[in-house]
Amino acid sequence: MENNLLLIDFGSTYTKLTAIDLINEEIIGTAKDITTVESDILEGYEKALSKLKEKIGCIDFGSHLACSSAAGGLKMIAIGLVPELTAEASKRAALGAGARVIKTYSFELSKREIEEIDSMKLDMILLSGGTDGGNKKCILHNAKLLSQIKNKIPIVVAGNKSALDEIEEILFNYPQVVFTENVMPKLNLINVEPVREEIRKLFFERIIEAKGINKTKSFIENIILPTPAAVLEAAKILAMGSENEEGLGSIIIVDIGGATTDIHSIGKGDPTLDSVNLKGLEEPFAKRTVEGDLGMRYSALSLYEAADKKDIKKYLSGVEVLKECEFRHNTIDFVPLSEHDFKVDEGLAKLATHYSMNRHVGRIETLYTPIGMVMNQIGKDTLEFDYMIGTGGVIVHSKNPESILSAGIFSESEPDILKPKNPKFIIDNHYILSAMGLLAQKYPTSALRMMKKYLKNI
Amino acid sequence: MEIKLPTIVIGVIGADCHAVGNKIIETILTEEGFSVVNVGVLSTQEEFINAALETDAKAIFISSLYGHGEMDCEGMREKCQEAGLDDILLYVGGNIVVGKQGFEEVEKRFVSLGFNRAYPPGTPIHAGIRDIKIDLNL
Repeated sequence: MENNLLLIDFGSTYTKLTAIDLINEEIIGTAKDITTVESDILEGYEKALSKLKEKIGCIDFGSHLACSSAAGGLKMIAIGLVPELTAEASKRAALGAGARVIKTYSFELSKREIEEIDSMKLDMILLSGGTDGGNKKCILHNAKLLSQIKNKIPIVVAGNKSALDEIEEILFNYPQVVFTENVMPKLNLINVEPVREEIRKLFFERIIEAKGINKTKSFIENIILPTPAAVLEAAKILAMGSENEEGLGSIIIVDIGGATTDIHSIGKGDPTLDSVNLKGLEEPFAKRTVEGDLGMRYSALSLYEAADKKDIKKYLSGVEVLKECEFRHNTIDFVPLSEHDFKVDEGLAKLATHYSMNRHVGRIETLYTPIGMVMNQIGKDTLEFDYMIGTGGVIVHSKNPESILSAGIFSESEPDILKPKNPKFIIDNHYILSAMGLLAQKYPTSALRMMKKYLKNI
Repeated sequence: MEIKLPTIVIGVIGADCHAVGNKIIETILTEEGFSVVNVGVLSTQEEFINAALETDAKAIFISSLYGHGEMDCEGMREKCQEAGLDDILLYVGGNIVVGKQGFEEVEKRFVSLGFNRAYPPGTPIHAGIRDIKIDLNL
């Protein structure tokens, strides 16, 4: 085993370095500098590296592992047949691979939609539709239209296996196509892992080249993940454990950013209530959702619009909320200084947590029938989940991080929404989750032990 | 076993949770060689239709045991047409209406709702199998 490792996160704003002593399982030091993706990504990296060296001296690193969300992250669209079925399954698979899903399309595409897709500056397209042996017409139609797009970005095909041969013929001259297992092989059965793998491989092989990150290929090993995928990997290892070390059990990660709020949940989410009937598309064991309208800065205004007046009152009483949100929306690099600023940020973070959790977890639908009341569960039941972990600037820098996370737990006033009832809270106060997700790709047990060491229980 | 026969979507419609017959139908149709997609109990019209769309089903067998079948089946044919399932066969069976009604009358009403076949209480699923082989020229 090597002694020291350098973990790199090419973020949208900052390139962050984390130096790890693997023998003692310690963080030796961290440093960051502005990401320089427009000119030469190595510039920002070198600057951050020299800052790091000032702090910890010259150290040899055995390997370099990196994740990236630079240059807009991994921008994708998901195409399926029925909105609630293959289109939704594709969206979940892409999100789990760490993508930014710009839009989800369903049914047979139109020429207008193809023009729209062509103009979107995407990195990748995920094409699905039909169960194995099921509908072929829709995916064939969509493959035909996609073969005509001008901007030949990679296409991942994860649809009806019976249509693959014909799709291969249709896309014979298309430069970048990969085929993988169907994302929904049987009705309501979801199969996201093979798709996620292909997306990540493509991301490493082709996408980072287009983003100017390939210059780092000479010294970075064969592990480059989209940053959100690294966080999901960290969550997985933390929940499930490794070969030699036990995990924490079922967990939820709340990651509040300026533009989006991400929720990751690791756990099956089967019903814990009595006589509940499970409905709809199966949930991925490791699930990520992204709320593009819930955020602290750029999305502060849309957060205000999405929130219920009574919730705004509950979390932000006595504050001119609209004015504060407008200000944050227009000042995305705003850093809170006064007591008042912190209070407003905390209130907004509570709203973001509340709504993003409500959208992520499952719910109970009650039906009154001639034989009495029956309950359907749609989505994951997280009532008995063990842990909620907070990350992102607003939580990490808050004096009351537990009050922010508390806004995401089960409430008697919304009894049909299956949020955790009594989770333990953990804060990622060293900002190590994405770095640990990277480390876990090579040394899962070390990553797990370091997370247990550095994450703070509250 | 190689599946040669087409896909059939089955399930129990509406606020009806009679699960036993549903399982029996699934077992027998599968044994006969059909590819069966079971949407289960408490299913809405949309769930039947979405399942049929993704799986390219040739027929939907709807069960209703609690007497509200007629109400639950209204508009099903129109929704199928709207979804592009122009040629799908719709069969319905179970205790599809309440009270002592002549079945001829009941059958007529279901045909006018766009159903290809409706079955009186107590009909074994084998009748449906016989009929679908006729309707699909199998």
